[in-house]
Amino acid sequence: MAKAYEDLRSRRTVFVTVGTTCFDSLVRAVDTREVKEELFKKGSTHLLIQIGRGSYIPTKSTGEDRSLVVDYFTFSSSIADYLRSASLVISHAGSGSIFETLRLHKPLIVVVNEDLMDNHQSELAEELAERKHLFCAIPQTLFRTISDMNSGSLTPYQPGDATPVTKFVNSFLGF
Amino acid sequence: MENINNSRLSITPSNSAFLLIIGLITLILIRVFYVINRSSQPRSATSKQKPLSTLIVLGSGGHTAEMINLLNVLQKNRFKPRYYIAAATDNMSLQKAQVLENSLLNEGGVDEVRSAQFMQIYRSREVGQSYITSVGTTLIALAHALWLMIKIRPHVILCNGPGTCIPLCVIAFIFKVFGIRWSYIFYVESIARVRRLSLSALLLYKLRMADQLFVQWPQLKSKYPRAHFVGRLM
Repeated sequence: MAKAYEDLRSRRTVFVTVGTTCFDSLVRAVDTREVKEELFKKGSTHLLIQIGRGSYIPTKSTGEDRSLVVDYFTFSSSIADYLRSASLVISHAGSGSIFETLRLHKPLIVVVNEDLMDNHQSELAEELAERKHLFCAIPQTLFRTISDMNSGSLTPYQPGDATPVTKFVNSFLGF
Repeated sequence: MENINNSRLSITPSNSAFLLIIGLITLILIRVFYVINRSSQPRSATSKQKPLSTLIVLGSGGHTAEMINLLNVLQKNRFKPRYYIAAATDNMSLQKAQVLENSLLNEGGVDEVRSAQFMQIYRSREVGQSYITSVGTTLIALAHALWLMIKIRPHVILCNGPGTCIPLCVIAFIFKVFGIRWSYIFYVESIARVRRLSLSALLLYKLRMADQLFVQWPQLKSKYPRAHFVGRLM
């Protein structure tokens, strides 16, 4: 019964990534029942978590009883494929995964790690959230962000351009 | 009378050494101010069109991604040979630079061989490392950086943080002061910095060690007027 139900819906994966960091509080927040139920309610079928250097191991699930299929891994040389196949990305605030996700035009929730010593990372996430390119949260507010979010309210991100820098450098050097 | 003479004699040697040191410090300071002043001026047109040896400091993760975006549009025939330096703990960045250089080789033929070299450097501070233990690791990084800089002696330095580039920039500045090598130091602040400069950028800005400092958000330009707003690289 559960299997038949799953087959009826196309696979919709939520991909969670912490990059090379250790961000247990995010993995823990994603692994809570309320978050997983909310994601399922919103139409997701799979939850894939890249846990990085974290020590908290999320509970795997095969998705019986009409719930999310949950799986995890530590590292991958390239997360591009995971991002591409995801329908929602929940990421740490590193600029690498933020822009990689935005370029693929995937709905993105950036979760800021407030335990970092030099917590400048919220700057970028907040600025891009203000410009409506992504949603910004902390682990404690992740559930509310997921239940309130409407990915239709996001605007696509236009990639930047480095030529102004090279123009300036060239003219400074007399080329 | 004799007494006075005696005391004078006994003071004179240390006095002259003292004066010598003061004089030397004054000279160095004058030179430092000259270097700072000249650094903010564009290069004179005399040696135009000759390619400049370029040191590219790859910062890891997002920093490297931004630098690669910059290198993609850089006129590589003007900036060669290119020396890439990345932190010893970061094995992804040099790979990415190698991919970029290999794609140039395929385009430009065989004469581009040896126009790029790749090196690793000890890092002054890892993300999350405490400021206290940073002191010791910074000294090691500084010594290693000096060794690499003596070997490379670049004309141009392109960097965009984090701390990896600071020892290299400091040494480049010292080379300028002592006339060992005149270099042009360009620092592009990371796109992750929206409201406040990073510690590295702030150091280079306040000490005026970077010839030009670029920022990617208008908020920073209004806060640091000597910086140049260039828009987003990502």
